[in-house]
Amino acid sequence: MDTNSLFCSLELVAGSGHTLNVEQRTALETSSAILKRNYKFHRVLLWGKILGLRKDYFIVQGRGEDEIKDRKNLYSFNCVDWFVLPTATDSMIEEVSKLGTGQFIGDPSFVYEINKRAEGPEAVEEEGLKVTEETRLAVTVHQIDEEASVVPRGAFVRSPHSLVQINRSFGGLSDAEANKLHNYLHFREAKNVKEKSILEMGDLNPALDFLDVLSDDIPKGSWSLQFECARKVCVLRSLLWLGLTFYHVPMTQQHGYIYTGDGTKNLNLPFML
Amino acid sequence: MMDLFNESMDSRQQSAAAFKAFMLKKSTKSNLNLYDHLTRLLMKVMDERPHDVVDVIEDMSREIKLTVFEDKQSTLRDLPQTTAAEQLAEQQRLLFAWLEDVGQEEELVETPFPNVSEIGFYLEQAGVGLGREEMQRIYLALKQLVESHGLPRCRLWGKILGTESSYIIAEADYREDEQVEEEEQSTDEAAEQEESEAKEAEENETKEKDLPPQSIYKPPPAVPKEAIGVGTNKFVYYVCNEPGLPWVKLPSVNPAQITAARQIRKFFTGRLDNPIVSYPPFPGNEAIYLRAQIARISAGTQVSPQGFYQTGEEEGDEEETPHDNCEVNPDFEGLPVAEMADSLSIWAHHIQHILQQGRCTWVNLATKPEDTNEEEDDDEKEEGPDESEPEIGPPLLTPLSQDAEIFNTPPWSTKLSSTLTSQHAIAVVRSNLWPGAYAYAVGKKCENIYIGWGLKCTGKGYDPPLPPQPQKEYPSGPEITESVDPSVEDEEAMKEVLEEQQAAQEDAEETDEEEEENDD
Repeated sequence: MDTNSLFCSLELVAGSGHTLNVEQRTALETSSAILKRNYKFHRVLLWGKILGLRKDYFIVQGRGEDEIKDRKNLYSFNCVDWFVLPTATDSMIEEVSKLGTGQFIGDPSFVYEINKRAEGPEAVEEEGLKVTEETRLAVTVHQIDEEASVVPRGAFVRSPHSLVQINRSFGGLSDAEANKLHNYLHFREAKNVKEKSILEMGDLNPALDFLDVLSDDIPKGSWSLQFECARKVCVLRSLLWLGLTFYHVPMTQQHGYIYTGDGTKNLNLPFML
Repeated sequence: MMDLFNESMDSRQQSAAAFKAFMLKKSTKSNLNLYDHLTRLLMKVMDERPHDVVDVIEDMSREIKLTVFEDKQSTLRDLPQTTAAEQLAEQQRLLFAWLEDVGQEEELVETPFPNVSEIGFYLEQAGVGLGREEMQRIYLALKQLVESHGLPRCRLWGKILGTESSYIIAEADYREDEQVEEEEQSTDEAAEQEESEAKEAEENETKEKDLPPQSIYKPPPAVPKEAIGVGTNKFVYYVCNEPGLPWVKLPSVNPAQITAARQIRKFFTGRLDNPIVSYPPFPGNEAIYLRAQIARISAGTQVSPQGFYQTGEEEGDEEETPHDNCEVNPDFEGLPVAEMADSLSIWAHHIQHILQQGRCTWVNLATKPEDTNEEEDDDEKEEGPDESEPEIGPPLLTPLSQDAEIFNTPPWSTKLSSTLTSQHAIAVVRSNLWPGAYAYAVGKKCENIYIGWGLKCTGKGYDPPLPPQPQKEYPSGPEITESVDPSVEDEEAMKEVLEEQQAAQEDAEETDEEEEENDD
């Protein structure tokens, strides 16, 4: 969610039980202005909070000209001093996937060691893998963005130069539209190249519908859609990444998402539905 | 010169007029023309003066076209459609009804419902909360609950998120007359159960003998339910989906439900009558599952600083017997916040631990008088010695530092709410086993809240229990097992053994004969 409208957007997602206290909010407002200038961001978003055993990581995301490609994540413990998170690469993702799914400690220099089990002759060559918590954090943030970041349909447009930018004439989904999961899109490079029938293509607009829709997610029912705050705000919660909350006020431009949780994926989802 | 100029002017005017005529040509489809449309568009731009007009001009043009089609004077009658928000607003309006009975409130020494706005203020410092407006609505809803049900004491337990809607949960003490009612009900239920069992047994006897073999599985004896006001049923819980909607009372919980809830992992849906489809099967619908989870969460996460509660004072030196009850210590002075945020040994559980059996106090099942047949008695005698070892949970007010570590994660995290102004900060404890459970303490105040999905942390992953072994179709014995065919070597070896035996026998016979002969 945009750091410029924190005071109102945090109230709207508070139904999930997490919020920021006044000290953190004010610190964030001050430091995000400085971040924006120093890193030449177009805008700074509060991405969320990952709860650690000793300390919690606050994470902000800076967006550049292209809203999908030009992203940079930063983390902090006090909302004032920010450190850049490395960009997650495929090798990092693979390393982290071998780790267990315990909670974060709250120390970026903490080293996770993966002890290899001696299985066959190959295992002898491989050394025990070492992964710092900073790497794990970077990968987790990347994965959550890939799998659970949400925008309403029409909020972003892709220009003919394939730049993804905010749609200035987005007036919000109507009440009836906000009730349907297929009006919400994954905010990542489209992955599901699903063949659509001509009947379905009729309503699509290539400038708006360049992203994957949530209703195609597997398993079905991995999102919980509700109306909260006196049933005026549409709230989406991911059941795959427990802690991700998205809000959208119908008929206005206001939308955003925040993650507050322990940074572990809910792998038990198939049992729980 | 002038002629030429006039001529060119004429031709220009002519071409302009021709172009205007072209623009004025009405579209056969929409009956609009470009000239009027552009005029309207420019008028809109002049009126509104948006910045960077050129970027949004297409959308403005589209908007103008849309306004043409807006049907303003319809002959159809307006059909009123009530939205969900309006319905809710109707019901929530009752929360704001103000009654003039000031005199009564002054008489009350202690208000039965908590100061939710104060709790919300402290929770927000801890980074937890439901939003200020929502908290205010819950505050009013709790007031309504207390007044309509005449509850002696009530507190906000928390909120459990569901996939379709959430539950707001209030915890209350039982009224005295309610206790009696509930007990009567439970005895009625038990009597009914016995009756139905007896009926079934009769039916079985009366049926013909050609039935397929009956299952010989006998369920283990059910653990008796705890009485109202004791252990897991110490409090009564009321839930509602949204503040303002009617509060629903949850049924009391029995140990079998708690044991089953421990084995499954399901999301709540937000509908109390929703059946729980799971393996192992859960006895009951979502209301019962919700009640069981509430009991588990309360037992695991309700904590307070040492000294905030004290055990009920009893005579005698029976220190070994665990206390069942604790009450608020009126002389509690408050502990320094920095100390509370630093060590877990200052915090203590004030709700009893639930044993493996599903109860807070252990009950010996083996000695329970039962009217069963002899076979079962035999079984019980065999199992008896194992079962009768009493389970003892940690006593009340055990410090959190003695909680067991599960999945290599410490069960609790503590912190101060503020680093900059630590002089006025509050101490916060967060449960890592039950994500969403928080407690705070500052001065003489202390409160617990749970806001989450109502699920325990599983560490690496949840393994559903395997189904039991299927019953055997027939008892295996030597008559029906196929023996291995002997190989040639085996046969030869056997032959040798037999020959040796024969030789030995013959020898023995010979000696016998000799002896016999000697005897003769």
